[in-house]
Amino acid sequence: MIKFFKSTFEKIIEGTLFLSSTITTLAIVLIIVFLFREGIGTFNQSPIEEGFSLVVNKNNPINELSAQQIKNIFDQNITNWKTVGGNKDSIILFNLDNISNFYSDSAIGENFEFLPQCISDYTEKHSGVVAFVSTRYTGKGFTGKILTTPKVTITQFISQKEWFPTAQPAAQLGVLALILGTLWVSFGAIVIALPLGLATSIYMAEVANPKVRNFLKPLVELLAGIPSVVYGFFGLVIIVPGIQKLFDLPVGETALAGSIVLGIMALPTIITISEDALRTTPKAMKEASLALGANKWQTTARVVIPYSSSGITAAAILGIGRAIGETMAVLMVTGNAAVIPHSFLEPVRTIPATIAAELGEAPQGGLHYKALFALGCILFIITMAINLIVGYVSSKKKYNTR
Amino acid sequence: MIISKKVIRNKNLKEKIAFNIFRVFSAIVVLSLVAILSFIIYNGISVINWTFLTAMPEDGMTKGGIFPAIVGTLCLVAGSMIFAIPIGVFSGIYINEYTKDSFYKRFIKLMTNNLAGIPSIVFGLFGMSLFVNTLRFGDSIIAGSLTLGLMVLPVVIRTTEEALKSVDNSFRHGSLALGATKLQTIRKVVLPMAFPNIITGIILSVGRVSGETAPILFTVAAYFLPKLPSSIFDQVMALPYHLYVISTSGTNIEESRPIAYGTALVLIGFVLIVNLAANALRKYFGKKVKMN
Amino acid sequence: MEHIITTELVSLFYSEFQALKDISIDFLPNTVTALIGPSGCGKSTYLRLFNRMNDLIDNVKITGKVTIEGEDIYKKDTNIVELRRKVGMVFQKPNPFPKSIFENVAYGLRVNGVNDMSVLKEKVEFSLKQSALWDEVKDKLKKSAFELSGGQQQRLCIARALAIEPSIILMDEPASALDPISTAKIEELIYELKNNYTIVIVTHNLQQAGRVSDYTAFFYIGELIEKGETKELFINPKNIKTQNYITGRFG
Ligand SMILES: Nc1ncnc2c1ncn2[C@@H]1O[C@H](COP(=O)(O)OP(=O)(O)O)[C@@H](O)[C@H]1O
Ligand SMILES: [Mg+2]
Repeated sequence: MIKFFKSTFEKIIEGTLFLSSTITTLAIVLIIVFLFREGIGTFNQSPIEEGFSLVVNKNNPINELSAQQIKNIFDQNITNWKTVGGNKDSIILFNLDNISNFYSDSAIGENFEFLPQCISDYTEKHSGVVAFVSTRYTGKGFTGKILTTPKVTITQFISQKEWFPTAQPAAQLGVLALILGTLWVSFGAIVIALPLGLATSIYMAEVANPKVRNFLKPLVELLAGIPSVVYGFFGLVIIVPGIQKLFDLPVGETALAGSIVLGIMALPTIITISEDALRTTPKAMKEASLALGANKWQTTARVVIPYSSSGITAAAILGIGRAIGETMAVLMVTGNAAVIPHSFLEPVRTIPATIAAELGEAPQGGLHYKALFALGCILFIITMAINLIVGYVSSKKKYNTR
Repeated sequence: MIISKKVIRNKNLKEKIAFNIFRVFSAIVVLSLVAILSFIIYNGISVINWTFLTAMPEDGMTKGGIFPAIVGTLCLVAGSMIFAIPIGVFSGIYINEYTKDSFYKRFIKLMTNNLAGIPSIVFGLFGMSLFVNTLRFGDSIIAGSLTLGLMVLPVVIRTTEEALKSVDNSFRHGSLALGATKLQTIRKVVLPMAFPNIITGIILSVGRVSGETAPILFTVAAYFLPKLPSSIFDQVMALPYHLYVISTSGTNIEESRPIAYGTALVLIGFVLIVNLAANALRKYFGKKVKMN
Repeated sequence: MEHIITTELVSLFYSEFQALKDISIDFLPNTVTALIGPSGCGKSTYLRLFNRMNDLIDNVKITGKVTIEGEDIYKKDTNIVELRRKVGMVFQKPNPFPKSIFENVAYGLRVNGVNDMSVLKEKVEFSLKQSALWDEVKDKLKKSAFELSGGQQQRLCIARALAIEPSIILMDEPASALDPISTAKIEELIYELKNNYTIVIVTHNLQQAGRVSDYTAFFYIGELIEKGETKELFINPKNIKTQNYITGRFG
């Protein structure tokens, strides 16, 4: 009886432990579900705000305008219908705010009750007109043509350059600039961090005497633990003004500042992992090299580094991963201009920084909100890919003891 | 075969050059790291006093203290640990002690690694979508804690696993041979031996949780809230977010600089204490285990 | 005959701990000398004196005199690279480098400035033939050394040591990690190599010492207890400790 009770108890505990271990998997599944559910929502929506539509004269042959064309038209970069494939007719932007210039108060009505007729009338009279109006005004009796706008597509999302999710009349959802910004800053970071980090790890593993190493190791660990806002803050008060003065720039918040801060932040990751990898080199192997008359550097370069190359590669990739996913520090020092960077001395904006900066203002469930989740999806996919690569690289069998 | 003097001189010269490059690079790394630390300590130390630590922020966060942010961060640390410690330690035990099936083990390992690699801002998105919006917790301690807890879960799992792995199998066999059940063996023999390393891992994850900003941005952190929370459904201020706010978007960035230095120093001090505690524990228990 | 290696009252300290106590042994060229004794008695430490591998360990202090080919190797201006070229070493576990078979053997030459491919090819072939591995690997010289079996790896390590033309080869339990067949091959090889090299071999396997060596030295807790011709020492040990050891009463 007692035995039965005991074994049941053990089974219960084992079950509890098992359940705990499934939570990690569950968490990942949940993250994927929630991230992608919101993110994919981006692609079923029109870039034009719900409840509004674009209208033109009914004789205008144009039936559809893309988000980009809309933006260009309203920014007056495109001024003739011919440019977008229509008649040769200059575009007239109709703005509801100016309606009183064209119609008397009485024509509009005391409570704007005749507004729809006025809009209808105006679009009918001007062949080149385009207006952005509430769908309330374009119901029964409206004589203009309502344009359709293609829904946001994945290709568009990825390949378009402009990120301006709050633009009127049509949100511009191109993440190319953000992706390039992220890669740009991370690339700079890794260019800084990789040589420094690898050199330091080699120094710690192969050159430094134990006393120096015992001082360096905890220092590096400590720096791995310092919050990213603190690095960002340091960047903001030291590196940003430094860069501004050094290069005589209007602002110091640049890709370079981001790269430097991220580079410093990636150092502990790179140093720790690559030092661990270097240390796995069997002592016997190093001794064999020395016994053949190689000096320490030859041993390091020809035996230790090749032996630990997969670990070193993993360190580098994880360093990149850390840089790509970092949010706060970058947000604080890169200036956050959503444009494709042309040099390290210009402001850029990365994917994580965009999410952090905009999510607070994006109305829940709206297109902007969903687009930010789509950015999260991209980030998620990138980091998953990095994880898989690291897993693959570090699992590659290097040494067969038998 | 005679090795010429020239060859030897040549290779020793190369060694000298290479090693000196490593020395210089390491020195750059160490100096920049030390520079960051000392810069913040130097500027922050004069700001920190009892009032700073225990007073509410005043005058648009340009004066006063950071008390609510400290309390908020402590709440988040406690909340996330309540979630992450049991689940993380349990998973670690299950993975290391119960799974023989190497496929399941590999699978869980892959999942843990993947979870560990997800950027913190993605956790923020997820937490907002699930805890804040779907479960309707709103911006609250519970939403932030769960998000942070999930984020450090892989750290706790991994350290537990490593700690258990370092316990030699002979102890398990010895106990089992004496007729102890598996659970008894784990409870009475394995866990006590692995305990110091598990604790060290947990302490380090406390450090991580206390400094993260991105996951709490949209799940709990309040811009300015000069009162203490009364329930887990309240918003709180948090140290890292506070530092972000007063250094980038406060009402008067210049005037709140001293507060920013102070906050940064408190954050660093927290990490420092956590690291020292972890090291001390490791040493203390290391000795004790050896003595037994 | 002139001694190729001599040690005179050599003591070695790992910090405070004295691992070798006043050891004096002389070695004749083209002989095999076995160092035997219980584990931890200082055999490896003694062996590593000859190519100064103990220098790599921090806080090692050495007193006494070691000469190789008449030169004091612990003199200040000793050229360690040249010494290690002269004194090859084979380790307990096969420890090939993460490189091809060819590059493993060529390693010692390359790190010492020989990069001429024709020279390398010739030496690699010669060494592999000497270590009786050539026929097994000649078609896969570009393959990773890790693809070889344990016994082959160990012969590769011997070839690697031979490539830089040493006159002395140190072997630290070279067969202890191998199966009996591979062990037999290594022993055969040692017998062959004796014609051209002086060999000092550490072994805990007494039969092996009996089979391969001309001379044997017995160590016990850092001290040299007895040395002499192998046959003599095995049949007629003078010291009671030696007797106990070879009859298997301890160790
Ligand atoms: N690097 C070292 N540091 C300190 N003590 C050592 C070191 N290497 C060996 N010893 C000690 O020196 C003694 C002799 O070791 P060793 O020469 O390896 O013995 P053997 O090869 O005969 O088994 C042992 O007691 C060992 O513990
Ligand atoms: Mg030994």
